[in-house]
Amino acid sequence: MTVTPQRILDVEAVRADFPFLEEFVDGRPFAFLDSAASAQKPRQVIDGLADFYRHSYANVHRGVYALADRATAGYEDAREKVRAFLNAASEREIIFTRGTTEGINLVAYAWGLDNLGPGDVVVATDLDHHSNFVPWQYIAGRSGATFATIPVDDAGDLVLEELDRIAGLGRIKVVAAGWVSNALGTVNPVELLVAWAKEHGAISVIDAAQAAPHRAIDVQALGCDFLALSAHKLCGPTSVGALYGRAELLERMSPFQLGGHMIRQVRHDRTTWGELPAKFEAGTASIVEAVGFGLAIDYLQDIGLDAIEAHEHALVEYALERLPEVPGITLYGPPASRRAGVVAFNLGDIHPHDVAQVLGFEGVCIRAGHHCTQPLLRRLDLAATNRASFYLYTTRAEIDRLVDGLHLVSGKLG
Amino acid sequence: MSEFDQMYREVILDHYKSPRHHGSLDPCDAQAEGQNPLCGDEVVISLRFAADGDTIADIGFSGRGCAISQAATSMLTELVIGKSATEVAQLPKETLLDEIGIPLTPARLKCALLGLGVLKVALHRAKGTPLPKEWAGLDDLGLR
Ligand SMILES: Cc1ncc(COP(=O)(O)O)c(C=O)c1O
Repeated sequence: MTVTPQRILDVEAVRADFPFLEEFVDGRPFAFLDSAASAQKPRQVIDGLADFYRHSYANVHRGVYALADRATAGYEDAREKVRAFLNAASEREIIFTRGTTEGINLVAYAWGLDNLGPGDVVVATDLDHHSNFVPWQYIAGRSGATFATIPVDDAGDLVLEELDRIAGLGRIKVVAAGWVSNALGTVNPVELLVAWAKEHGAISVIDAAQAAPHRAIDVQALGCDFLALSAHKLCGPTSVGALYGRAELLERMSPFQLGGHMIRQVRHDRTTWGELPAKFEAGTASIVEAVGFGLAIDYLQDIGLDAIEAHEHALVEYALERLPEVPGITLYGPPASRRAGVVAFNLGDIHPHDVAQVLGFEGVCIRAGHHCTQPLLRRLDLAATNRASFYLYTTRAEIDRLVDGLHLVSGKLG
Repeated sequence: MSEFDQMYREVILDHYKSPRHHGSLDPCDAQAEGQNPLCGDEVVISLRFAADGDTIADIGFSGRGCAISQAATSMLTELVIGKSATEVAQLPKETLLDEIGIPLTPARLKCALLGLGVLKVALHRAKGTPLPKEWAGLDDLGLR
């Protein structure tokens, strides 16, 4: 991850775009170190949403008046922005969803239920968020397929030596994996997993919820079949995300949700499905949120994904250097070179809830708990961890506040 | 008073650092385990009845959780010893919350009440005492 960015991120200029930094606790802004859960929003997105409601709002498609045209154009422009962001070949391959979770469920239900059966193997990983773990476990169970996971070692890296053993369990049909772990920050070798899936004739499904905010993605270069992301993790609104799917697969798939907009013709005896991507977008979409998603992509691209990645990398190196100063701290996860902007740790026997609570009193926002990764924490024999996560607006001074806060927690509860 | 001192008041820290009735009773007459699905906190409670088969004579708890959940469960053990199963099954959560006596956000409320829920499940299993709906989920999660 030693990228040499074309541009350097000017963190003070970035911070001027984020109104949440004007909220104060005890005279100081929040040190918001919880972007992996959801990122804060820049003015460009917040104002853009209001502008769209003011000037361009109506339901999309089918309307024949000017407002509906504007709304449809805004919604479809956003799709084009997502397409370009992922370098997909066609806008037909970009389905707006409610987020990563819905995207993965779409593939699991619509592809899985028709294509999986006894003797088939669905592979996820022990690093995965519940949103990639649970749908595949469930759909494998319903269809009689075997659910297997690639284990992790103590450092939180996938144990790729296990792939051969997993291949021996049956016909590998699905390889579904997170690109970047939200719990440990591990950057997984997804290129290798996609290649392994191809080798076995399996489909590859990539959970890019934590990758998309932090690095450039090229689905054609990666060669994956599906990739899901959420707007809210990359400075966009909640309740919208996208699923990339290869057109050839999407065309052959059954629909996921049924209702308005996804149809071609509805007769009493039979209904036919609409063209891509409408076939997978039943009901009124998150129209304005999708527009906001597009604005968030514009914002990130103006700054440069490579500049963001380099900024976060420097922050992670700094955090991994400073945090060990805190007595009793245990850090989890891989070295900075294989890690995105996430650090997970525990402070002696002090429960993460208490650590996060006391830091919260100091205006330092981190997350404590299982981070929707119970299989991983069980594997590492942990009930919970603390997680600090960084983004484009994070500063070294905020990491200093985290370190100071942890000293305080130790003093009070250690 | 600082926010810290309001929440982590002395009695909470005392119970957290020296929990009462910590451990598990073996043999025991009733036992249950529960988890808070939000944060993964776990509490295991075991208890023994007196010769009348109804009065809680001894109780033990273990598990992993935050200061609030551990202190609240420790305080709960003191509260219920010597009371009858029926009485404890009906114990309103307000009684425990009064004892804890700190401001709790909805998330922390779940931590504070985990032990009480697990205790009600243990009594329900051993004595068939009614289990209010809000704790029924814990019964499904517990180890059989
Ligand atoms: C790695 C990972 N996958 C999936 C998700 C689910 O995303 P969403 O809740 O936006 O559907 C998250 C976010 O919580 C995540 O971190």
